[in-house]
Amino acid sequence: MVVEKKSVVVFYKSLFCFFYFFGQMSERFKVPVLKTGKNNILRKFESCFVRLSYSMFFSILFFPFLGSLFAGFFGRFVGRKGSVFLSTFSIFISCFFSWFFFISSFYSPISFHFVLFPWMSVSSLFIYWGFLFDSLTYVILIVVTSVSLLVHLYSSSYIENDPHLPRFISYLSLFTFFMLILITADNFIQMFVGWEGVGLCSFLLINFWFTRIQANKAAIKAIFINRIGDYGLALGIFALYLAVGSVDYAIVFSYVPFLVQNSFYFFIFNFDIVSCVSLLIFIGAVGKSAQLSLHTWLPDAIEGPTPVSALIHAATIVTAGVFLLARSSPFIEYSSFILNVITFFGASTALFAATTGLLQNDLKKVIAYSTCSQLGYIVFACGVSAYHVGVFHLANHAFFKALLFLCAGSVIHAIGDEQDMRKIGGLAKLLPFTYSSIVIGSLALGGFPFLSGFYSKDIILENAYGAFSSAGHFSFFIGSVAAFCTSFYSIRLLYLTFLSPANGFKKRFENIHESSFAISFPLVCLAFGSIFFGFFIKDSFIGLGSSFFNQSIFIAPFHLNSFSGEFLPSHIKLFPSFMAIFGMFSSFLLFNLFRSELVFFKLNPYLRFFYTFFNKKWFFDKFYVEIFGQSGLSFAFQHTYSLIDRGFFEIFGPFGISNSTQFFSISFSFLSSGHLYHYLFSILIFIFSFSFFILSPFSFSPIFFVLIFFMM
Amino acid sequence: MPFSYISTLVTFPFITGVFILFFPITPLHSKRISLLVTIVCFYLSILIWVLFDYSNDTFQFVETFSWYPSSNVILSFGIDGISLMFILLTAFLMPICLLSSWSSIKKKNNFFAEHHFFALFLILESFIFVVFSSLDLIVFYSFFEAVLMPMFLIIGIWGSRERKIRAAYLFFIYTLFGSLLMLLGILFIYLECGSTHYIILVENSFSPEKQKYLWLAFFFSFAVKVPIFPVHLWLPEAHVEAPTAGSVLLAGILLKLGTYGIIRYSLPLFPLASVFFRPFVFALGSVAIIYTSITAIRQSDIKRVIAYASVAHINITVLGLFSFNLVGFEGAIFQMLSHGVVSGALFLCVGVLYDRHHSRLIKYYGGLVHTIPLFITLFLFFTIANIALPGTSSFVGEFLILFGTFYANSFTAFAAGSSIVLSSAYSLWLFNRLSYGNVKSQFINISFDITKREFYCFFPLVFLTLVGGIYPNIFLKSLHSCSAGLLCSFILSNDFNLY
Repeated sequence: MVVEKKSVVVFYKSLFCFFYFFGQMSERFKVPVLKTGKNNILRKFESCFVRLSYSMFFSILFFPFLGSLFAGFFGRFVGRKGSVFLSTFSIFISCFFSWFFFISSFYSPISFHFVLFPWMSVSSLFIYWGFLFDSLTYVILIVVTSVSLLVHLYSSSYIENDPHLPRFISYLSLFTFFMLILITADNFIQMFVGWEGVGLCSFLLINFWFTRIQANKAAIKAIFINRIGDYGLALGIFALYLAVGSVDYAIVFSYVPFLVQNSFYFFIFNFDIVSCVSLLIFIGAVGKSAQLSLHTWLPDAIEGPTPVSALIHAATIVTAGVFLLARSSPFIEYSSFILNVITFFGASTALFAATTGLLQNDLKKVIAYSTCSQLGYIVFACGVSAYHVGVFHLANHAFFKALLFLCAGSVIHAIGDEQDMRKIGGLAKLLPFTYSSIVIGSLALGGFPFLSGFYSKDIILENAYGAFSSAGHFSFFIGSVAAFCTSFYSIRLLYLTFLSPANGFKKRFENIHESSFAISFPLVCLAFGSIFFGFFIKDSFIGLGSSFFNQSIFIAPFHLNSFSGEFLPSHIKLFPSFMAIFGMFSSFLLFNLFRSELVFFKLNPYLRFFYTFFNKKWFFDKFYVEIFGQSGLSFAFQHTYSLIDRGFFEIFGPFGISNSTQFFSISFSFLSSGHLYHYLFSILIFIFSFSFFILSPFSFSPIFFVLIFFMM
Repeated sequence: MPFSYISTLVTFPFITGVFILFFPITPLHSKRISLLVTIVCFYLSILIWVLFDYSNDTFQFVETFSWYPSSNVILSFGIDGISLMFILLTAFLMPICLLSSWSSIKKKNNFFAEHHFFALFLILESFIFVVFSSLDLIVFYSFFEAVLMPMFLIIGIWGSRERKIRAAYLFFIYTLFGSLLMLLGILFIYLECGSTHYIILVENSFSPEKQKYLWLAFFFSFAVKVPIFPVHLWLPEAHVEAPTAGSVLLAGILLKLGTYGIIRYSLPLFPLASVFFRPFVFALGSVAIIYTSITAIRQSDIKRVIAYASVAHINITVLGLFSFNLVGFEGAIFQMLSHGVVSGALFLCVGVLYDRHHSRLIKYYGGLVHTIPLFITLFLFFTIANIALPGTSSFVGEFLILFGTFYANSFTAFAAGSSIVLSSAYSLWLFNRLSYGNVKSQFINISFDITKREFYCFFPLVFLTLVGGIYPNIFLKSLHSCSAGLLCSFILSNDFNLY
């Protein structure tokens, strides 16, 4: 364990020596079988501990669920405050135990695995409801539960006056529960439960103000695009079952080395199993973590209430994809091609979202694109096999991005639901506390030295360069440019919202005030997290030789870039930081001194193209709607429904029969005309044609008769 | 003499139904009697489930009556694990159907009063029990067709619009046309084997050529009932026009008659042909899933959306049946049960809306969550069950099927898996249109949330959906041995190794 700060060590040790002892004990009792040959008291103590820790794990998982049930179904009885208190308290319990296990895992990296009861058992497919707690899980656990706790607290004040507060709190808790299921699952299918569950909850949460058309659209878009990713992930799981015969993490990951070079047929092509499955899993991650091509739901999802944006789109749901990548690292590591694909997608996303964020005018949309961009960083970190750095950045990012979103919420709350930055301005003196929080968040996001973002973002870029591959170099430079853009739009946001002269209506500024304690307290906590979390946790997560992620993340020896990343020349190492600070200064100078010249962007036709291109999000939405949406829907109506279902099948089906019966009966009735020569003629025709078919040397297939029948 | 469970189960609703049909009793009494009878049948089926021996893959509770001794047609009943599940589903859904139409079914004219409706349901129930428990092909066929008659009357008399005539016509012509081929096939089998008893037929092996023709004849009949892609046209019509309980029954059970026929007759009797036609079925099923899913998005009628969704889901089960491995096979059977519950529940939801507002057009609805939130909660639950969200029973069924299908043919699984995306599109779109947005107060001026009676209808369905999703083994357990037996004999007779 590499925690350098002596004082911190002493502090932790004194506080958690008890937990350390527990950790050591539990290491030996992963399987709760009591060993004989010891004295009785110790044995009782051990079994007691095992039970205790199990109940602690269960309380992490099921307290949010209980809170959700209480708020959702009994909100009427326990009241608004009661439901908020109950669910916040249950999340607090969950959060407390998560931190407990997280901190105890510094001292002894324990992993727990236990099974509840079988879920599906058919033939060779055995799926259990089982839970796995290891270092990776602990990290995501603390992120999810801490941010969730703070968001619960925040929402109790933020939507205090909404009549549906218990419902909102219930959704939040349910979301947390599904997220916990996702990260604690011990097999892919159970992970999929959480995966889909968070999708559903995000649908409900984005749609919380359900009378708004925009919210409805954004919610459907979110779940629809997520399910495209889920489709890929599901196919990946099926392929895994085909290849390995199991979906348990333990079995699958231990089996991977034997699968290399094996191939199977997917479609009609012969694919390498490991690459194919990795790609399909990555498609799932693309959907959930909003990577380029399936990212469009994330910026739209800001239509939900702001706490939702903070919880879902900053801290949790988008991390699910990264979690999946880190969790399946034993699999993905064996396919360098897919790793390159992941790197490429991640870097492109980072650049795309950062450039789009430059020219957005909606306060929350800038932050949403910033999330998208940061996820790009995390994903290309996974692509260059620096999963631990990716997870580290994920944790840091959760703190400062939740901080930014909550600050934005505070601003929006204060100024009467105005989100357009051009119509705000001048809040620095009116909302000093929010201003200072958002400055901390922005600087941490931009990678300002010694804040959280600095420790993780720069290491990601160093690792990318240290890979010494073309994908690595590509992502390093793209990431540096994105770092410039990130700082640029962060300062732009700060300037337009807080520093520029006030642009809004006077009425809005008259009643402006700092928010209540329930809103401010989460900001303080997250600001502390944004400042200190990276510094404190750096050594254990990404320190050289740190054994924190001992078994939960696998990095193939030939992909170990941390060392080469550590010893890069200084100018390479400083380049991203330089770009970030350069971005900050240029943005500040541009908006402070040359603001009146910015209109040139809209006047000049060439620059206007860039403005439109970035402002309209690279035309992704337009492309999707026009190419897939419109044509698909019109095909569904005009072809499948009108033409085939109500046209072809009806004519050649029942109505053809009924109509043609009528037709035939009329035409046959003409045959019985009563004239002898008519009958004679038909007899002759029949005899001739029949003898022709019978006596001719050709063999006529029966289809010929059918044709004649129809010609009649 | 041991208690004869099956014949009691079969005859009890029939006799009561005939009694209600021909004896003048008040509507209330007839409703109460029929509800009581269906509940007794449900308890009886539970008793059969309890007494059933899972470890055994032969037929149990066998009862034999001589019918035409001279021509070897024996009235023979017995159930194995598969038919047990279907009987349970039927017995479970019947009381809910009756309860749901408690007050919505009105006296039509002097000829048809409420009690006729309930009597028809009882008769229908006993017919369905016969189909699921008969061990003789002729008896199976007769009652497979006989089911048509009460259903025809239910749609034709208690349907909501004038278009019901067209629906009933489509329903009748498709089903009857399909069955004619099957009748020819049965006659051929009878001439070949000299008997139509299931046990004898399974032992018999037809020549490959004959198997192909017979398989086609049988499959066409079953495909109409399932319904598989090109012959699905009657289903949306019939669903839309049928009264709520009729739709529930149609989606819940009558669609399963086709798949049950495939399980019971097409696969074991014609194993070579089944393997021969497997690519054909896969192609049809894959096309059907995508086709019906995208068609569902553009419907204007709530019931039509659910009906097309129902076609898509039932086509997935057909793929599972033809995956020829245990995972897909048992998944398919489980998905049928789950589809019966979920789809039935969705039709019940539509029925609830129709009872209040007398319209099924989506454009007249909006913002229902303001006015009837409890109902919308239930509707949301069944919508997410319909899109196979994990934790609901359809997820278990669909995923097992896709596992099995991927094992058999990955491209088919790819096509079938697109329902993951498409189902979310139409289901959530429908849900969104109905429940979110502003209240369309120009159309919706009366509203009351679900009544106690409706809650009693919905609660068992919610419960079963959750139980099936979280602990499906209680249902899968009874499928293991007989599906393994069926597939083993299947693989042996094909003399090739599918694993």
